[in-house]
Amino acid sequence: MAEMNMIQSLNSALDTLLEKDDNVVIFGEDVGYFGGVFRVTDGLQEKHGDHRVFDAPLAEGGIAAIAFGMGLNGLRPVAEIQFADYIFPAYDQIVNEIAKLRHRSGGEFSTPVTIRTPAGGGIKGGHHHSQSPEAQFTHTPGLKVVYCSNPRNAKGLLTSAIECNDPVIFFEPKRCYRGPFYGDPHNVPTWKGHRDCEVEEGYYSIPLEEAEIVQEGDSCTVIAWGAMVHVAEQGIKDSGIDCELIDLQTLVPWDRDTVVKSVNKTGRCVIVHEAPKTSGFGAEMCASIQERCFWHLETPIERVTGWDTPFPHTTEWDYLPSPERISAAIKKTQEA
Amino acid sequence: MTEDSRGGLEPYSVPTAPFRPGDEADFGGAWKEKPGDLSRPDPVTCEAQETHKHAHGLIRVLDDDHSASGEWNPQLNAETLIEGLEMMMRLRIFDDRMMKMQRTGKLSFYMRSFGEEAIAIAQTMALEKTDWIFPSYRQPGAQFVRGRDMVSMICHCIGNTEDNVRGRQMPVHYTWKEGYFISISSPVGTQFSQAVGVAMASAYKGDDQATITWLGDGTSAQGDYHYGLNFASVFKPPVILNVVNNQWAISTHRNVATGGDNFAARGLAYDIPSLRVDGNDFLALYSVTKWARERASAGKGATHIEVYTYRAGAHSSSDDPSRYRPGDEFNCWPGGDPVDRLKQHLIKIGAWSEEKDAELVEKIDSEVMAAYKEACTYGDLASGPYPPSSTIFTEVYENVPWHVQEQREELGV
Repeated sequence: MAEMNMIQSLNSALDTLLEKDDNVVIFGEDVGYFGGVFRVTDGLQEKHGDHRVFDAPLAEGGIAAIAFGMGLNGLRPVAEIQFADYIFPAYDQIVNEIAKLRHRSGGEFSTPVTIRTPAGGGIKGGHHHSQSPEAQFTHTPGLKVVYCSNPRNAKGLLTSAIECNDPVIFFEPKRCYRGPFYGDPHNVPTWKGHRDCEVEEGYYSIPLEEAEIVQEGDSCTVIAWGAMVHVAEQGIKDSGIDCELIDLQTLVPWDRDTVVKSVNKTGRCVIVHEAPKTSGFGAEMCASIQERCFWHLETPIERVTGWDTPFPHTTEWDYLPSPERISAAIKKTQEA
Repeated sequence: MTEDSRGGLEPYSVPTAPFRPGDEADFGGAWKEKPGDLSRPDPVTCEAQETHKHAHGLIRVLDDDHSASGEWNPQLNAETLIEGLEMMMRLRIFDDRMMKMQRTGKLSFYMRSFGEEAIAIAQTMALEKTDWIFPSYRQPGAQFVRGRDMVSMICHCIGNTEDNVRGRQMPVHYTWKEGYFISISSPVGTQFSQAVGVAMASAYKGDDQATITWLGDGTSAQGDYHYGLNFASVFKPPVILNVVNNQWAISTHRNVATGGDNFAARGLAYDIPSLRVDGNDFLALYSVTKWARERASAGKGATHIEVYTYRAGAHSSSDDPSRYRPGDEFNCWPGGDPVDRLKQHLIKIGAWSEEKDAELVEKIDSEVMAAYKEACTYGDLASGPYPPSSTIFTEVYENVPWHVQEQREELGV
């Protein structure tokens, strides 16, 4: 085990898989010589060669198409889209091509593409370096959607994503690359000393489709993913209420059993995500939870989300779910 | 309106087709470009700028008098030419039969390759058998070259129990892994950039395998075309990138796809050797593709080809071209009919006759009818049987996830 931040653990996952499987190739904007704008692919080109880790032209639609072709022809491509906000030129290739190939070809062809992309706010990135567009992919059959939250699960989940024979959109909460984020922009901890900074140096994986119970509790179930896991943790602490915190990790297919079991136990539920509220993945979860847990629910399910507005620049702290809003939502669920 | 300060200029240029219904089409008579006009550069050493004339001219082998000449003459033996002719005839007869089936309600939709039969057939014949085919919907003919059974193709078009894509796709959206023939996709042009990725993977693995792809003049306006050219320019994988300029994208004339009148030369700007070829000339198509394949094998990267042709039929069974173009355009097309031109050439060299031709038509026609009848034993459009509804839920993922399984159970299949 070694202490790593999320950048180092993602790098370690890529390095391990490049070592393990000759069919793994990595490409994207600035990922080669430079090692990525967030340094996730640092040193990989030098170590594994420029045919395996290389810079792509600045064309997300082309990057996704190349990944489609490589995956179809026996490789295991890992493409980086530099910011999730820039994934939309690739949307047609992802939604109509990568996601549908297996089905439309009667299973004759498939393409095990992994698309890694940093997502989410908290870095003063404005409209176009802050969005969290997971719901735009959870609505596409054929894709798996994963959202890591800490160094330990980042490596384990990325390993599973790359080894998965289905295409995976892998979101990385860029605000948490170098440390957890508790919703206070003036408190900038590193991962050092965090319970999830100890990462296996060799190969290991965490199964897709499994949520993780971050802390157990009896009074309310709080569900979050990405950076919001840590903000939720702070919100729970501030509320003083005995909450069960679930890190969803994989959004499609999500771990309904773990969630349902928890909500049936606590009778109360708060869902937290930084993407806008309308048609956010929280809405899907609310619907499914009420189907399964209706007779156990004591109070309505609360959602704490980003607003239905473009992501702001200087006022981002009022956009992102805060510990205060989460704490208030938890308290609201306790009012019988 | 504010006062016009542009001196009464048109706001912007809105192109229209040169001829509309009621007009007499006129393409200027026989082509000035002749076989022998253009040299055949060494494919292995050729640089993009050496193909300037080839991109702006027109590579021909078959002359108006049906003789074959020039450096691009592939010198194919009569047996190979007859094979090509037979496959083109098969495709045309197959298409005509399927269109009749569509018209009588036996297929939901159809698209013919009419007037463009030489393209996929000559070009695929020039390739190796394990080269990847990334077609648009107008290159189903490649499957005949690779030996696909017509029954299997018709079962797909009907969408019956033997459809290898289980009734999931519209007719003509063929998939055939055994023939290295990728699944055709409706969003136009997506295959073009994907083909570059396939070729990169072949090169990465060290396989001597090329990838060929086609899109239309209209589709060349899509980003995927430019992504494909640029990635091919940068990474130099073994790929053959074709723009089939058949003048029409449904009702959109090619002058809406480009402000100029040439597609081949776009490749020069990407530093890719680029050729413009008579798309109704079987021999020229075979020859340019062989040239591109030699470049691919030698590790010289991509070749860009404008296939200059005319869409003789409707875009699809849902289209009525008499609404937007004169009915006689195809008859005026200087490139003529690709099937007839190869036939006349074979007759000219003494390798074919009208009698043999008529016999072959009859033979193919009965084979197509027999194939159609056999296909219908696996289900016809009106009464089925169709693939089971459970196929809605399978092959979405490698394994069926819980949420899809629950929905399958909800439908009760």
